[in-house]
Amino acid sequence: MRNLVKLAIIGLAVLVAQTASAQEMLQIKGSDTLINLVQKLSEEYMKKYPSNYVAVTGGGSGTGVAALINQKCDIANASRLMKPKEIKMAKDNGVTANRIVIAMDGLSVIVNPENPITQLTKDEIGAIFRGDVKNWSEIGGPDMPINMYGRQSNSGTFVFFQDYVLKGDYSAKMNRMNGNAQIVEAVKSDKSAIGYVGVGYVKDATGLTVVSVASKRGGEYASPLNSADVKSGKYPIARPLNQYVAGIPEGAIRKFLEFELSPEGQRIVEEEGFFPIPSEYEEFNSQVGL
Amino acid sequence: MKAIALTDNPPKRLFSTAFKDKCVHAVFFINGMLVVLLLGGIFLLLIQTSIPAFQEVSIVEFLTSTNWNPTSYVKASYGIIPMLVSTFMVTVGALAIAIPIGIGAAAYLSDVASPRVREILKPTIEMLAAVPSVVIGFLGIVFVGPLIAKFFNIYNGLNAINGSVLLAVMALPTIISISEDALSSVPYSYDQASLALGATKWQTVIRVKIPAALSGIIAACMLGMGRAIGETMTVLMATGCAPAMPEGFPFEAFLGSVRTLTSSIAIELGEVAYNTTHYYALFALGLVLFVITFVINLISDIILHNFEKVHR
Repeated sequence: MRNLVKLAIIGLAVLVAQTASAQEMLQIKGSDTLINLVQKLSEEYMKKYPSNYVAVTGGGSGTGVAALINQKCDIANASRLMKPKEIKMAKDNGVTANRIVIAMDGLSVIVNPENPITQLTKDEIGAIFRGDVKNWSEIGGPDMPINMYGRQSNSGTFVFFQDYVLKGDYSAKMNRMNGNAQIVEAVKSDKSAIGYVGVGYVKDATGLTVVSVASKRGGEYASPLNSADVKSGKYPIARPLNQYVAGIPEGAIRKFLEFELSPEGQRIVEEEGFFPIPSEYEEFNSQVGL
Repeated sequence: MKAIALTDNPPKRLFSTAFKDKCVHAVFFINGMLVVLLLGGIFLLLIQTSIPAFQEVSIVEFLTSTNWNPTSYVKASYGIIPMLVSTFMVTVGALAIAIPIGIGAAAYLSDVASPRVREILKPTIEMLAAVPSVVIGFLGIVFVGPLIAKFFNIYNGLNAINGSVLLAVMALPTIISISEDALSSVPYSYDQASLALGATKWQTVIRVKIPAALSGIIAACMLGMGRAIGETMTVLMATGCAPAMPEGFPFEAFLGSVRTLTSSIAIELGEVAYNTTHYYALFALGLVLFVITFVINLISDIILHNFEKVHR
């Protein structure tokens, strides 16, 4: 009899604990570029509000968006915009996807320090990754083949870079790496390498050259490490980093988003190497009531 | 005496012994059939999900094109040749490394090592099979890759050779363990006869025991090959995964990036929109992979079966 009571109490406790965590556990999924930042944000958030739980997982922007469409997560991290096809698929599933911008990223093009190249135009970068330019000597570098390192097709960075810089297909010879950190490691050890990663991954990295980029030939070169140039748009491959939610955010989701956009959250954004949102996107966020 | 007493009052039992026997028989039969059903189910599912892909992609393009780019900006293309070639290269490379080492180690274990050494060594080798593939892939990036780059004096080590080396490591436990079993089961009279004829220990192992155990050794190598072809995470991490057709056989190709069937599925299935041609095409890749491993396993099974018959 006593055992039975014990068992009942344990069972009840487990049940209560489960329902409690199910209510409070916020699921965030997606972009590999955003994962470190959002993880840090969620840690600070949980320190501030200990009764709230946030789980952050990666997998790439495409994975996050797919999870939002299938109602498998509360917030999708995306370093690209949702495609019209995805928005339609979400609608068909009864999900109205709303976009919130939480930070700015200067997408950084990196080369090995042994390579004398320190600046490139946007067109040159596009030509390299399309495979039109195959040797560093064609753009004023030493005579060695260009070894490209990019992301896999489930990456938002892969899609953004393609849409915005390449405007064409990636060279089939580009190495498809499994995350920003792998690209950084590969470029460090390969002197013929070129790669692209979120600025958060190069801020403190040594053994890399972060290339300055001009929007066109004869234009002014700007570095993604200079926050003023990224904010003003002088750095040509700056992009907003987004989160998508279903409908107008409420409750725990809203509380977390508000934290991200607060001065405290934006300070963490800067600490992680990204840039706070400019005023144009603040207005944009206010459309969903944030 | 007691046995008689038991059979004296059978009506008291709820079920007869014969009925119980039947039940137990049925349970085990269902268990056995379940595996067959699962296999058949997977095969049917793969076929069913692959077929829609060929409404938009011609089978000829699928099997002959050297360009795989379903997310193309201009025109999606679905050719599996580069991936088949990549899978083939990595597997052949792995076997070229693993077979000599594996058979050598097996011969050492069965004929040279003292019983104590063998007792420690064999379980240790089998433990190697328990290392998770993602850990081996990680070693490929941080250790094997830079080593290969230095050795061949190339810019980076994420290439087919890297994949081959790692897969060889993963196939070794299978090859060594089964080959050793095959060598140990060669009757001792073979050894004695060979030694009595004046052969050295080396000659006995190379000319008598290995030929006698050959079918078992071949089966071991085939099983190792099945392991290598199906491996995903390791090759995904260590081979660079560029989808281009490997060029310049053999050296340039092996020193270049490759992308196997398995890594393509792993990379693209995570983000593909459901029920699109791309989605179905990935299942078609899975079907091709399934057929390849099925045939290899079947062949190794037949060889192993013959081997058992010979020695009984």
